[in-house]
Amino acid sequence: MPEPQRTLGAAEVEQLVEREYAYGFVTDIETEVVPPGLSEDVIRLISEKKEEPQWLLDWRLRAYEMWQGMTEPDWAKVSYPKIDYDAISYYAAPKSAVEDGPKSLDDIDPELRRTYEKLGIPLVEQQRLAGVAVDAVFDSVSVATTFKEKLAELGVIFCSFSEAVKEHPELVRKYLGTVVPHTDNFFASLNSAVFSDGSFVYVPKGVRCPMELSTYFRINASETGQFERTLIIADEGSYVSYLEGCTAPMRDENQLHAAVVELVALEDARIKYSTVQNWYPGDKNGVGGIYNFVTKRGKCAGARSHISWTQVETGSAITWKYPSCILLGDESIGEFYSVALTANRQQADTGTKMIHIGRNTKSTIISKGISAGHGQNTYRGQVKVLPGASNARNFSQCDSLLIGPDSGAHTVPYIDVANPEAQLEHEASTSRIGEDQLFYCRQRGIDPEEAVSLIVNGFARDVLSELPMEFAVEAQKLLGVSLEGAVG
Amino acid sequence: MTPLLEICGLHVEVEGREILRGLDLEIPLGETHAVMGPNGSGKSTLAHVIAGREGYEITKGIIRYGGEDVSELEPEERARKGVFLAFQYPVEIPGVNNTYFLKAAVNEIRKHRGQPELDAVDFLSLMRDRVKLLDFDEDLIKRPVNEGFSGGEKKRNEILQMTVLEPTLAVLDETDSGLDIDALRIVAEGVNRMRSPERSFLVITHYQRLLNHIVPDRVHVLQEGRIVESGGSGLALRLEAEGYGKAAAVTA
Repeated sequence: MPEPQRTLGAAEVEQLVEREYAYGFVTDIETEVVPPGLSEDVIRLISEKKEEPQWLLDWRLRAYEMWQGMTEPDWAKVSYPKIDYDAISYYAAPKSAVEDGPKSLDDIDPELRRTYEKLGIPLVEQQRLAGVAVDAVFDSVSVATTFKEKLAELGVIFCSFSEAVKEHPELVRKYLGTVVPHTDNFFASLNSAVFSDGSFVYVPKGVRCPMELSTYFRINASETGQFERTLIIADEGSYVSYLEGCTAPMRDENQLHAAVVELVALEDARIKYSTVQNWYPGDKNGVGGIYNFVTKRGKCAGARSHISWTQVETGSAITWKYPSCILLGDESIGEFYSVALTANRQQADTGTKMIHIGRNTKSTIISKGISAGHGQNTYRGQVKVLPGASNARNFSQCDSLLIGPDSGAHTVPYIDVANPEAQLEHEASTSRIGEDQLFYCRQRGIDPEEAVSLIVNGFARDVLSELPMEFAVEAQKLLGVSLEGAVG
Repeated sequence: MTPLLEICGLHVEVEGREILRGLDLEIPLGETHAVMGPNGSGKSTLAHVIAGREGYEITKGIIRYGGEDVSELEPEERARKGVFLAFQYPVEIPGVNNTYFLKAAVNEIRKHRGQPELDAVDFLSLMRDRVKLLDFDEDLIKRPVNEGFSGGEKKRNEILQMTVLEPTLAVLDETDSGLDIDALRIVAEGVNRMRSPERSFLVITHYQRLLNHIVPDRVHVLQEGRIVESGGSGLALRLEAEGYGKAAAVTA
């Protein structure tokens, strides 16, 4: 007879999942902060600081008007005290970065350079990650973008959003808000009104972007929110792989991060978008941490276009995000690969929407939720097949791993099919890290902390293997670090 | 000479129930001993308590390994000192590659012995070598640890791990259960190839048939938490013929 399975007790889990946040430092730098509160004047001020054209200001103001009539969504399985939107500052920028406008890489404030070095993101082109171009966003502004010239040789545009508005207004105007309209939802409308910076990518027809593009977001100033906007356009037959990472200092207050990401893939284009999210998660008792309320959506506009979302979500006090695909083009493909880890008091409500509109469209959803301590993890996903989407196919797999008796996992799939030819599959499982698995690893000489990390990484393997190689190792370490116990 | 494993007057409770009741056992270095006993006699408890599993509480007695009292050591500390347990029910670790797992184990042990860690290339060639030696399917090393393995594959995987980890004391907990005769022979050959003056085996089994293939130096009969009889390899045959009832009667 097999041994009765003993599950891990709360105290054991506490020891195994106690986490140290390695990126919680604050950069001491002179910062220009707009006083807290939101009004038309604040929006005009942001727009003015960025020297924006009138059409963009008008767009912001329309979004603001919209937002004022909206209510914060409450359908997600997360709980937090009401956010006072007038207590947040909507713009913060290091003085050195704004005073003289965009600078060459050599002229970056040494303090900022040191900050990114500490975060493992060297803002120097000949460094370790030579195959990766980086846009570094610090609070509300982009402070540096590497490899810009090299990419420009191929016609690839990779720059900060602000710069794109100035240098490529026709592209921004053509695509901004076409995937996530300014009316989309509470947080997206708020973002549309106040967004300050982010990254912009355009890959021309037939070009395969030769390096990974990445944006590293850093929140530094206190009592501010970060509202960045990213827009990626892959023209016909092009390919781009893009990655974002993010961290923030440890603070007792909660900070709001409400970003919008829009992807557009034209005919035969492919966009691979990866996220390694490591915002400050708050402390053991749930004090502090980032509210990560993000709207991400991609439009497979052309036939045979292909968008993949891969996310590793280990940070934030609360995560609310559903990177989605609108499968408009015939034979287009949407993919969503997700690992979400919640420990201590973290809450995540994350998933995707796959909207099948074109014929012969295909989508794949692989979601892996890991809950430890008092962590709560919800997968929420929708697969919608419209009447015209003949022969649409979807495969969904949602697995949950529970560590300890106080953690929770929830799966909320919505399936909405209006075409009789559609084929959908949904698989779901819930498992626990058992004492037997831990003992097995330990009997082979492996530390309990290392064993948990091994088991978690194994559980997340199908998703981690989707990450670009340069970052897979990083993400694997992050899952390890997040669960590392206090040595003792 | 001090025996490699020395267990004196061991009492062990599991969930408040006393399972081992004054067990004595000595295994000198280089010898293979078999412990046989009926269901519920405490065989698996003995295996687990040697490996240091939590929930197996020693209320009295002592376990010495290499002359050192290891009763309080964590399972990983014992493993690093060369104690290996081949599980009766090997555990699945989904998504973790067998080679990756074993490399982590080997390097953890090497680290604690002050030896340099093996890199991926060296380790893979070591694995290939051992797989060949055991005449196993090479496919085994690429698959996730025990995930979707048949009963026989799981047991073979235990022997593969043992062959790679090269323990000083290997405890085989009912390794023969669920194996057909061919699998049994392969597993036994794997064990026999490992036998050396520098290594001891404790073979725990219900049936005598495994001992046709792994011939022990000594056989002990475990009943109701105690060793009730010890003898040479012939004892196993007698038990097979007479059943466990007789053995108990002898000491009663």
